Amino acid sequence: MISSLLAQQPDAVERVVDTVTTGEAVSFWVLGPLALAGALGMLFARNAVHSALWLVLTMLSLGVLYMVQQAPFLGFVQIIVYTGAIMMLFLFVLMLVGRDSSDSVVEVLRGQRLAAVVIGVGFAGLVVASISRALTDVQPVGLAAQNTQNGGNVANIGEALFTDYLFPFELTSALLITAAVGAMVLAFTSRTGQDAKKTQRQLVEERFRGNRPGSLPGPGVFATANSVATPALLPDGSVASESLSELIETTAKERLEDDVAEVSGTGHDPDAHALKGESS
Amino acid sequence: MSSAELLVDDPLWLILVKVVGIFAFLVVMTLFMINWERKVVARMQQRPGPNRVGPNGWLQSLADGLKLAFKEDIRPVLADKWVYFLAPVISCIPAFVAFSVIPLGGEVSIFGESTALQLVDLPVGVLVVLACSSLGVYGIVLSGWASGSPYPLLGALRSAAQVISYEIAMGLSIVAVVMHSHSLSTAEIVDAQSTGWYFYLLPVSFIIYLISMVGETNRAPFDLPEAESELVGGFHTEYSSLKFALFFLAEYVNMVTVSALATTLFLGGWRFPFVGDDHVLNSGWFGLLWFVIKTLAFLFVFIWLRGTLPRLRYDQFMRLGWKFLVPIALVWFVAVAFARYLRQEVEASGGLETGTWLMLIGGFLAVVLLIAFLLPDKREPHDPNAVPVTGGGYPVPPLDLQVPKSPPRRQVPVAELPGDQTKEPAAVTAASQKEASDGRV
Repeated sequence: MISSLLAQQPDAVERVVDTVTTGEAVSFWVLGPLALAGALGMLFARNAVHSALWLVLTMLSLGVLYMVQQAPFLGFVQIIVYTGAIMMLFLFVLMLVGRDSSDSVVEVLRGQRLAAVVIGVGFAGLVVASISRALTDVQPVGLAAQNTQNGGNVANIGEALFTDYLFPFELTSALLITAAVGAMVLAFTSRTGQDAKKTQRQLVEERFRGNRPGSLPGPGVFATANSVATPALLPDGSVASESLSELIETTAKERLEDDVAEVSGTGHDPDAHALKGESS
Repeated sequence: MSSAELLVDDPLWLILVKVVGIFAFLVVMTLFMINWERKVVARMQQRPGPNRVGPNGWLQSLADGLKLAFKEDIRPVLADKWVYFLAPVISCIPAFVAFSVIPLGGEVSIFGESTALQLVDLPVGVLVVLACSSLGVYGIVLSGWASGSPYPLLGALRSAAQVISYEIAMGLSIVAVVMHSHSLSTAEIVDAQSTGWYFYLLPVSFIIYLISMVGETNRAPFDLPEAESELVGGFHTEYSSLKFALFFLAEYVNMVTVSALATTLFLGGWRFPFVGDDHVLNSGWFGLLWFVIKTLAFLFVFIWLRGTLPRLRYDQFMRLGWKFLVPIALVWFVAVAFARYLRQEVEASGGLETGTWLMLIGGFLAVVLLIAFLLPDKREPHDPNAVPVTGGGYPVPPLDLQVPKSPPRRQVPVAELPGDQTKEPAAVTAASQKEASDGRV
């Protein structure tokens, strides 16, 4: 849009709304490279979270460009919706996946590359066609006149959305709701039936019905030793069987030898690099 | 003249003065808030609070700030270098930017230049605050991720989910205000409240905003991203020195901003109540005074909540947001829209008298009451094997528990007994008396 304005400066002099002011030009030449850098960074960043952050940079630059283009509502909605909600959900999922997980290079979809090339070329064709049309056929008008009529920018957008573009608007919201409901159906787990999680109340009642309402005895740590494998002793000196850890009791002795050695101080010496965080 | 017109011809030096003024205001408010919070909470817990540095301890937070600046700056080995450095900055900048659209006062003259006490008046002012709060979360989320340790990551995940959920409720509560004032511009919303403040015209919106603003700023009882008992320090566990100070600053500036927005949206901004717009109390720099007092009232609520309420469990907190606040906000916003439409239609067709209105409202209430009475009571399923339960839903001893009676006090005829038998009955009596008194309490 702005490049078209810049290109057509000579014949647009008489229309005041279309002239590019110095501030506008400066903000374009600052934000344009930033947006481009963000897009490239997103493609080439190794880390998924870094990639997402580069994309955030692009979206923010675009949002500010909208504001400079006399569309403040669009600009702030871009920031709230895209950077605030959508990219935040992206980050949420990336963090759940974990910071060290990387993409698998095995292709699971057959013909993926071919399809990507075909669709990419098609998309590039669409973009080039629309940009070339915007640069040649369309006469830029600017929003200054529109923003002063009928209650300004926000009111005009609202009116257009709910009169001329009502059907596409409702269609889009139906699409989004379908996607949300689909996600919920996929993620739904039953609260009733066999594998339902017991509620806090059910657990308490179960415990009170059973033969031990209190908690199990802890291990004998600090009574005679500081190992969790130490059983607790009953007043008559016998071992309290509930205090034995199932995990430790079923583990083969050889697997615990290192731990035992470390606890008893007969293991290897501490690593000299341990505090510096270098792997030895 | 409207604020937007006043602000258009601000010279550059005036804009700079305002920028510096807002920055200084927010930093001073942060220093003041930390001290005030500590003192008020201390008062609520019957202890003196900070009272060493400066007069009455009011310079304590300044000293703490200086101390923080001189502490060692630590970066964990596993931290992501750049993101770890950027996160506190990201969380701090939007907090300050959001305050630029808040109208602090009406028309004043600064060095002979007539202007409004506001930095900018955008036609989408309220959205600026929402956008800034949604950007500020990036600071928290990225700090948690970049620290490279599990507790901050958990805090960051909680924060992401929390802020997205509560921003929806907040946005929906603002919609009704925007519908009433016909504008998203903060200055025009304040102007529209010259006939009545929105906290009583739109009470449901006000309450939903109040709750969601606490959720949005990660403050107690909704401070789950930094829950000390569960997550050590939450998202800022690994931060120290000035980076930590920036998080601290961002949290308090955010509190001031959401309180200022609440003042603007619901408490008439810088207006003094009960007097007209042309009264002397509503002119010039007085507006700033009323604005600060109202903002401080909201900030006190923050402190009060922190001193009073325990932290919510995470699932209860999310349930409150999604199953309670969001649906109520939606229903309320539809109801307000419907009421406005109805009033418009009625006014277009000549208008109804007050009596007719009252009759209509009474009739509606009667129908609601009738339906409420006709609905059958919900029956509690009775389980004969259930553990007897009293009070809060968990098995506790019943209130009419039969305490076994202590044996009646024996009169020991001391004089008649032989000497060697008197010892033991006396001890029994003392013990039984003690038991009896225990049972009574």
